[in-house]
Amino acid sequence: MNHSQKLTSAILAITAQLLSGATVRWRGSEPDSCQRVYFANHTSHLDALVLWSGLPRQLRAITRPVAAADYWGAGRVRRYVAGCFNALLIDRHDISVRNSPLDIMLREIGNTFSLIVFPEGSRSPTGELQTFKSGLYYLAKKRPDLELMPVYLDNLNRILPRGEVLPVPLLSCITIGAPIWLHQGEGKDEFLERARQSVLQLKEEQ
Amino acid sequence: MVPLSMTLIDTDVANAVKNLLAIDGLTIGLLLIVIALLSSVSFWMNWLKRRYHDSVDPAMIRVFNRRIVAWLTIYVLLGLTVFLGPPTTLCFFLGVSFWALREFVTMTPTRRADHRTLFWVFFVFVPLQYVLAAYSGDRRWFIAFAVLIPVYGSLFISARIAFAGEAQRFLERTAKIQFGLLICIYALSHAPALLYLDLIYYDAASGEYRPWDQMKSRLLFFLVLMVQLSDLLQFFWDRLYGRNLIAAPIHATKSWEGLVGAALCCGAAALILQWLTRITPFTTYGAAIMGMVISLMAISGTMTMSAIKRDRGVSEYGTLVQGHAGVLDRIDAICFAAPIFYHLTRFFLGAAVAD
Repeated sequence: MNHSQKLTSAILAITAQLLSGATVRWRGSEPDSCQRVYFANHTSHLDALVLWSGLPRQLRAITRPVAAADYWGAGRVRRYVAGCFNALLIDRHDISVRNSPLDIMLREIGNTFSLIVFPEGSRSPTGELQTFKSGLYYLAKKRPDLELMPVYLDNLNRILPRGEVLPVPLLSCITIGAPIWLHQGEGKDEFLERARQSVLQLKEEQ
Repeated sequence: MVPLSMTLIDTDVANAVKNLLAIDGLTIGLLLIVIALLSSVSFWMNWLKRRYHDSVDPAMIRVFNRRIVAWLTIYVLLGLTVFLGPPTTLCFFLGVSFWALREFVTMTPTRRADHRTLFWVFFVFVPLQYVLAAYSGDRRWFIAFAVLIPVYGSLFISARIAFAGEAQRFLERTAKIQFGLLICIYALSHAPALLYLDLIYYDAASGEYRPWDQMKSRLLFFLVLMVQLSDLLQFFWDRLYGRNLIAAPIHATKSWEGLVGAALCCGAAALILQWLTRITPFTTYGAAIMGMVISLMAISGTMTMSAIKRDRGVSEYGTLVQGHAGVLDRIDAICFAAPIFYHLTRFFLGAAVAD
């Protein structure tokens, strides 16, 4: 990251905080620089940016939101912005064995970076939490040391709903829960459902 | 060289202080007195809490303390903006309005189809209303300021929602957005608009009207002081003499005794303040009536916003999104009092009356 990107990155974080009016609540966890995977519900294009800017500055530098290449990679401005918030662009359409998103993620995070993922795969059309895709399970299986942090993003679908370009600055809330891990011998569907429930629980708690 | 620059700095500082006092010694003096009073009440409350922590209701102290802190912040900010001129005050209120509207719309469920209407509301009507407030002293622009939101805004919102093509709960959705805009933006914009009024006063000695050439910030200070005094007085009247609740399902503590008591006390306070300091252009009795009207409007505002909160099932706008101060909780009273105070003042003492 060069100087101009660092500056843009700081401006981006402040803009996202102002625009989303986000309150960040840590429930059963604290900010920490250990390697983590934040997994959240997905309702808006702003999700990745807002969750990333809700983290403390030191953590922002080592946290990479996984974002869709077809949106964030389209056009120079979006690509530049994506670079500023450390986005890890994944092509959702060109997925093959050689080009597996999981391998890219594992390679990119190394032993320092944390990830922000949206296991629903795409933005929910209704705002309800959809079933999780299996990526989170394989991530947990290959790297059992990662702390999996459930996150519930509230109201962002009203700030920038699907199909809209201009945001309306309402207030939103980011709730980050206690970490979960893959249990010994836990099946894929069982684990994904438990992960989904942990996000839903944060929704009900607030 | 050194002594010269020293004297330069000295005179600069002295001039700056003199200029500041020249702005309006009376307002600044009163502001400092109020800030000192509030701080001492806050200290006294905290002392009370520590000394008699088993016999004093801690929840009451907490509620009270939060109010005092909010008021202190408002007075300090008001004081600062008075030094820096009307545009700063305008910007301060614009910020408060914007935040209050955010809280209001966040709490009120809107539908996907309302998104673009909301965008217009936030980014066109809000700034435009405050720009017009800055020109409200001009008679032609005053009309625009007075009708922008009630006429143009209301019609625009209903039409824009119709254009969005969703018929479900149409009237309800329209009303929600119109109400938010009216209370959070339109009503509150009358507080800083006081700074742009062109006023006259009745000179009893000569028996005729003369231009009132004092700082307009005195009016704003008078309004805020009366609203908060009313709030404080109701708090005590309700707790000491509150027997008959106005409407228990709407507000658990507001009573008729509090309403009447606070209004009378506010009138008396305004009367004494006016008699002692001549802070407003009103006559002494005129100020007393204004004090009472402001107090009644303040209670109306609190009751109205409380009704909305009860309907939505939240106790405070602040709890809606935890960690936020709840701006709307603090300004509901002033939102109702500001436009009435503004229009009464303008009707009776606007410069046009003399023509």
